Amino acid sequence: MSDTELSNAIDRIKQDIAGNDVVLYMKGTPNFPQCGFSGQVAKILSYLEVPYKGVNVLEDPDIREGVKQYANWPTIPQLYVKGEFVGGCDIVREMFQSGELIDQFKASGVPVKDPRQG
Amino acid sequence: MPMPADEIERMIKAALPDAEVYITDLAGDGDHYRAQVISEAFRGLSRVRQHQLVYAALGGQVGGALHALALETAPPETA
Repeated sequence: MSDTELSNAIDRIKQDIAGNDVVLYMKGTPNFPQCGFSGQVAKILSYLEVPYKGVNVLEDPDIREGVKQYANWPTIPQLYVKGEFVGGCDIVREMFQSGELIDQFKASGVPVKDPRQG
Repeated sequence: MPMPADEIERMIKAALPDAEVYITDLAGDGDHYRAQVISEAFRGLSRVRQHQLVYAALGGQVGGALHALALETAPPETA
């Protein structure tokens, strides 16, 4: 992968996370995750009924590498909210369990179903 | 190539000398680990920054030689 390909990929990532409130870089698609870690995050988002854009890195090796460089984060999945990197599978799961994830969506103005309310 | 647990612990402690490190081999295959790391270096940092410190300590092995490392990080609890 050349420097140009990498910088093009990073430009596309910046556009995606600027143009969509919630973006999940994942292996597979929201309906058909192809990795258990990606699947866990997709499941949390769908449980919370959060609208998001899923980007399948398996279909795009440039994005797969670019997103690791962009966030200085070595693994997929990666969740972005309002352009900000929130975390990978472990962090998202911890934040979901503690309620912080729902609070962050609410604070960012992202529609979310709060299971703590009836 | 799987990576032995004591090597993971050694690398983390080399970068974070005060760290308490607990490693569980989740699948018994030397390839899927859970690491719990407690270090003063994490205090005041976001979870992302805490994990980045551990990834940096492991020198680019995560995502490569280390396929799966479930990570939990925290500063020591203050009494």
